[in-house]
Amino acid sequence: MYIIVVGGGKVGYYLAKELVESEHEALIIELDPARCAEITEDLGDIVMRGDGCEASTLERAGAGRADIVMAVTGDDEDNLVVCQVAKHKFDVPRTIARINNPKNEAVFTTLGIDTTVSATGAIMAQIEQELPTHPLISLLTLKGGGLEMVEVKIPASAAIVGKPIKEMLLPHQSLISLIVDSAGQPRVPTADTVLHEGDEVVAVTMKESEEALRAALTEPPPERSL
Amino acid sequence: MKIIIMGCGRRGAQLAYMLQQDGHEVTVLDRSEEAFDTEGYLPDDFTGTKMIGNGMDLDDLRRAGAEHADAFISATRGDNRNVMAAQIARHVFGIPRIVTLVHDPMRAEIYHSLGLRTVSPTRVVAELLKEALEAPEEDDPPSSAAAPED
Repeated sequence: MYIIVVGGGKVGYYLAKELVESEHEALIIELDPARCAEITEDLGDIVMRGDGCEASTLERAGAGRADIVMAVTGDDEDNLVVCQVAKHKFDVPRTIARINNPKNEAVFTTLGIDTTVSATGAIMAQIEQELPTHPLISLLTLKGGGLEMVEVKIPASAAIVGKPIKEMLLPHQSLISLIVDSAGQPRVPTADTVLHEGDEVVAVTMKESEEALRAALTEPPPERSL
Repeated sequence: MKIIIMGCGRRGAQLAYMLQQDGHEVTVLDRSEEAFDTEGYLPDDFTGTKMIGNGMDLDDLRRAGAEHADAFISATRGDNRNVMAAQIARHVFGIPRIVTLVHDPMRAEIYHSLGLRTVSPTRVVAELLKEALEAPEEDDPPSSAAAPED
């Protein structure tokens, strides 16, 4: 495949390197002459100096026969324009944009970019999995029916700690499928299985019952007035 | 009309002032604080809203009132910023009237064909310069095309 990479920073450099190693034809378009020289020294003659947002540059790069154009500069607006010019002026079948501000992900999709890649978004997703303020983690969406597989870690304060599953009021169409205890031992739960602090509960639930399930597994017992 | 202008450089400021004189409700957005201080281009009697913010940022646009705006004009020096903001204004906020400044004539053509109302100063100014060059010499430089011996 012929792949044009616009932006010769770290991302563009390693991307082109990988592509060449997988025997694709790759070309980097980079504005800064010094950077062009560096890349040429390392990777050989696969760099073209120019502004990838300009139609004339893309033309010189042979965008008309490119299978993919990837825009991976540090500026979202430049990446958007590269992809749009490639798509609308040169009919490039597939455009991929790197997104720096994760809020732009939805915007780019609305504006017709085929694929967006957001490092910030990916890292945030990793962090959210670790954050105690997000006790319910969505693992995957099951095909059809709006069912989801989620994971919840039982906090020490939860009302359910020390009680069997049958005492818990589970929301409609929610099913506890697996429990991994704090030692890492997996168990298939029954109605009599007792839940402990630090247990990781894997459950299947409807998207709209998520909040109720989270509450059932994590909320402390209601305070009683004396 | 409620009009949002992105970019308070020479052009944006001039435009904002003209539209305010015509009685429109104008909000000017610029990323730099300096655009609005004494060094900026807005005249002292500009009474519209001045806002520090990025015209490509959904939250900033919301704060500028994009959800209720009648028109959006992007007039910064960056073509890519202008067309990205214009497309957000149209496709995310559904602002009915959009005009965008695109210096590169080729990009202006592409985005025009994608349905944006683009203005490309490069070609317009080049034509004016050519006209001025080809106009007959006179003692007083013409401010507009003066009629020769006719």
